[in-house]
Amino acid sequence: MALRRTFMLAAVAFSTLLPGAARAQGNLTVYCSVQEEWCRPMMAAFERATGIRVAMTRKSSGETLTQIRAEAANPRGDVWWGGTGDPHMQAGQENLTEEYRSPRLAELQPWAVRQAEQARFRTVGIYAGALGYSYNTTELQRRRIAAPRCWADLTKPEFRGEVQVADPNTSGTSYTMLATLVQLMGEEPAFTYLTALHRNVNQYTRSGAAPARAAATGETLVGITFLHDAVTQKVNGAPVEIVAPCEGTGYEIGSMSIIRGARNMENARRFYDWALSPEAQAIAATANSFQLPSNRASPIPPQAPRFEDVRLIDYDFARWGSAEVRTQLLQRWDREVRAGAR
Amino acid sequence: MLGRGALLAALAGLLLAPWYGLENGVEDLASWPAGVAAPLVALLLGGDRWWLWPVVGLVALPVPALLAGRAPGRLLAWCGLAIMALVFAQGYAIGLHGAALPLLGTLPPQAALGWGGSLVVGGGIGLLAAGFAAQGRFGGDAFIALLVTGSAGLLLLFVFVPLATILAAAVLDEGHFAPGALIRRLSAPEAWSLACLSTHQGCGVVWNTTLLASLTATLSTLIGLAFALLSTRGQVRAQPAFRAMTILPLITPPFVVSLALIVLFGRTGLLTTALWDWFDIPRSRWIYGLPGVLLAQVLAQAPIAFVLLEGAVRAIGPSLEEAASTMGARRFTVFRTVTWPLLRPALAACLLLAFVESLADFGNPLVLGGDFDVLSTRIFFAIAGARNDPGRAAALALLLLALTFGAFALQALWLGRRKYTTVTGKGDSGVAAPLPRGLKFACGAVAWPWMIFTAAVYGIILVGGFVRDIGRGDMSFTWRHFLTGFEVEWLDGPAFRGSAWDSLFTTIEVAAISAPLTAGLGILLAWLLARQAFPGRRTLEFMTMLSFAIPGTVVGVSYIMAFNLPPVELTGTMLILVICFVFRNLPVGVRGGIAALAQIDKSLDEASATMGGSALQTLRRVVLPLLRPAIVAALAFSFVHAMTAVSAVIFLVSARHNLATVYIVGRVEAGEMALAIAYSTVLIVVMLVVVLGIEKLVGRAQIGRRVVGA
Repeated sequence: MALRRTFMLAAVAFSTLLPGAARAQGNLTVYCSVQEEWCRPMMAAFERATGIRVAMTRKSSGETLTQIRAEAANPRGDVWWGGTGDPHMQAGQENLTEEYRSPRLAELQPWAVRQAEQARFRTVGIYAGALGYSYNTTELQRRRIAAPRCWADLTKPEFRGEVQVADPNTSGTSYTMLATLVQLMGEEPAFTYLTALHRNVNQYTRSGAAPARAAATGETLVGITFLHDAVTQKVNGAPVEIVAPCEGTGYEIGSMSIIRGARNMENARRFYDWALSPEAQAIAATANSFQLPSNRASPIPPQAPRFEDVRLIDYDFARWGSAEVRTQLLQRWDREVRAGAR
Repeated sequence: MLGRGALLAALAGLLLAPWYGLENGVEDLASWPAGVAAPLVALLLGGDRWWLWPVVGLVALPVPALLAGRAPGRLLAWCGLAIMALVFAQGYAIGLHGAALPLLGTLPPQAALGWGGSLVVGGGIGLLAAGFAAQGRFGGDAFIALLVTGSAGLLLLFVFVPLATILAAAVLDEGHFAPGALIRRLSAPEAWSLACLSTHQGCGVVWNTTLLASLTATLSTLIGLAFALLSTRGQVRAQPAFRAMTILPLITPPFVVSLALIVLFGRTGLLTTALWDWFDIPRSRWIYGLPGVLLAQVLAQAPIAFVLLEGAVRAIGPSLEEAASTMGARRFTVFRTVTWPLLRPALAACLLLAFVESLADFGNPLVLGGDFDVLSTRIFFAIAGARNDPGRAAALALLLLALTFGAFALQALWLGRRKYTTVTGKGDSGVAAPLPRGLKFACGAVAWPWMIFTAAVYGIILVGGFVRDIGRGDMSFTWRHFLTGFEVEWLDGPAFRGSAWDSLFTTIEVAAISAPLTAGLGILLAWLLARQAFPGRRTLEFMTMLSFAIPGTVVGVSYIMAFNLPPVELTGTMLILVICFVFRNLPVGVRGGIAALAQIDKSLDEASATMGGSALQTLRRVVLPLLRPAIVAALAFSFVHAMTAVSAVIFLVSARHNLATVYIVGRVEAGEMALAIAYSTVLIVVMLVVVLGIEKLVGRAQIGRRVVGA
């Protein structure tokens, strides 16, 4: 019996060996926080371009931040690519990511450069997407409601129980909306607006992109999301119309960071530089992702909602992304909006 | 005998196997016996690992006594204990950055324990067990001593340590010890608010969770009981349909049912639209919230209840019932006074299982919850949400644990100290009584509509993968989703191009490794707990059940926290997935084994012991053959659960080892319901094949009993 036990332990010990196998020269581990169908061709293209073997995990940006935090003493990943900018900024503030100035920084759009400066070069923008909403045209006609165009339209009584938006406590998308409205209207009017909107909200989803899907299937009439999420649904043939609100709106900057203590630092930097190139950024559109690329030379997919057509506010990522402001806003939202009557 | 074996293992660990874990796997073995793959002995002779010398001393200490054949138990036990303590203590004290405590001075850094370290620790456990046996504890039986110490060691390391790690976070506030914060978090209104009684606001998550779990437990047990009675006593000629209907939900990734429910009952769902078009019934969103989650959970749990209860009903020795009817009792009286009370342990097990599963369920509330929040999702978003707060998550996890233990306590109270044994060594040849007519009618009224409903849900899942977009009602046929996921190109052999292959292969591998480990360890533990008396039995039982009570999300994060650093470094490996599944599914194997053992009379064991059989022989020749049904159930259950679990592994999967369910959740998140459903269909087929295969291989339960009309 002791022999059998020994054998078992040996088997267990043997499998402890397996993890390291991928860590020889020429490897890279990427945490990917955009959609799977964009992650994959991206990594494949990088492998083809450089011969470096990429191991990729796709997780939402919140989960990835949690993982990087938990692994901080012994990092497993090298690069964190994609996902909304706030968690990247937060990772930078918590000293979980590495400062790096890419030689391609000069080729980027001004909003990307500004965000990198605000993050003290611990993260860099790879794409941007404006906030807005989409509505289901079939449902709209069925109800004979005039098409909404502004933020203010959504609080009208005919939209009662027809608006879906994510819970800002769980979704970066929805937090962006909260911060956008406060910057756009001022804090007091913004909360008056949100309280009015609350009466029309049928559900606070947990995932940020879910309302776009719900609007596409008609589960809700209006879904507040980033516009590119709605575009994806429209391209797939859903009867939705996309609205960039007339008062102006905020945006997210999808970001990329190098994880502090990365085991393949050299390759991580190569990926970083490569991911900022126009060739790499052109992959997005082929993968049904219609964000605005950050390199000025990157082709903009024709379906993408262009920043020229959208009234963008001057979004202060450093201020609204900081932990204190975030907690204060979310607590106020919980207290005054979420707890209110429908 | 055991002592010498243990010594051999420890010596192998000292002299042969590489002491530290190998970063690059088998390639690193090339440098053996020096470099990174050096065994401890080479390291010690090299001189820079001087603090490991005492390990050698402790292994050498019992050698003379053991060779002489009269080793004092106390010496062995202390040596074993000291070896383990020393290996772990030095591992925690001296880590990747050298000494962790300043008073140790500067020491060279060391990596995590590898083969050598594991062998020495294993040897230590063996010595400890041999010592106990030599002292006459555990009835002087070395096998039992080894089982107890070994499983206790494993449980300590893989259940208790991670739990302690995360719960430490509950009393920490920004790195400082703060009991006030714990009290504040535990009594927060988000958990206990009763606002829903008087106002429109939602209630605290604790109430929500309890309500949902109680409803799920009651409904699924009732439905399962109806099916079980119909199938065993109802003389219904629909056995294949019964089995299919009840096995399908068992092997479905939980959230897929949620997707199907949305397709059916969502505001633009197929049924909702039909009702609206034909009968002008207004469309609503009732499915998002308590009703939807409840429906999805009952769909998943009722079949499990059926399987458990069916086994229990079959195992009831009919002689008692025959005796009752011979004495003139009417059918219903027999059922009420004999059959029903004998079913109590199984009913209690069902209620408990469904209750606890509902507490831990994460996928369904995530997809269908709407504004209805439960503890498991709240914990997940306290960790992975926009506002990260591990302390709050840990406090909520404590509340969830408390709920689970409350359920266990209630179960113990209901069962009391009665006996439920009906299968004995004595001849038992009765014919089971048929169901009373009224009861049969009631069971049918529950079972048949439920079957039609299940069929509808599975119809959706089956069709969903093959049409363009079932969520929008676009029903044109397409292979597209299967091609995206499972494309295979043929270039001098198959090239698996589809995006789902990687995760599918890993999932099958992990499930196939963890299922036999879970079943084996589970049945052994059940036998220990039910049949052996030894000090610390209650503690051991508590620890096996503990991992069941911890919600998956918490398990995942706690495993990362506990096993990312030396001396035990497992993150990013497949092993951590296997271990996670083994210890999460263990309680089911143990419970099933205990329930089965409760019905097998102890006199059979005693007969074997009287005739001179050792504990090991009794186990192999008497108990295991009788436990076959329980073993099948444990194997199938742990395989299926390893393939369908989400919450525990969402933090543990790595770039190289991704799992199917995590992949599917990603697809759902991205709104690609069709691909998610297509992949789920493939998973269902794989699990179906495996579960049927296991049944074929191990065989179905056969307790010798007369057949009606024979």
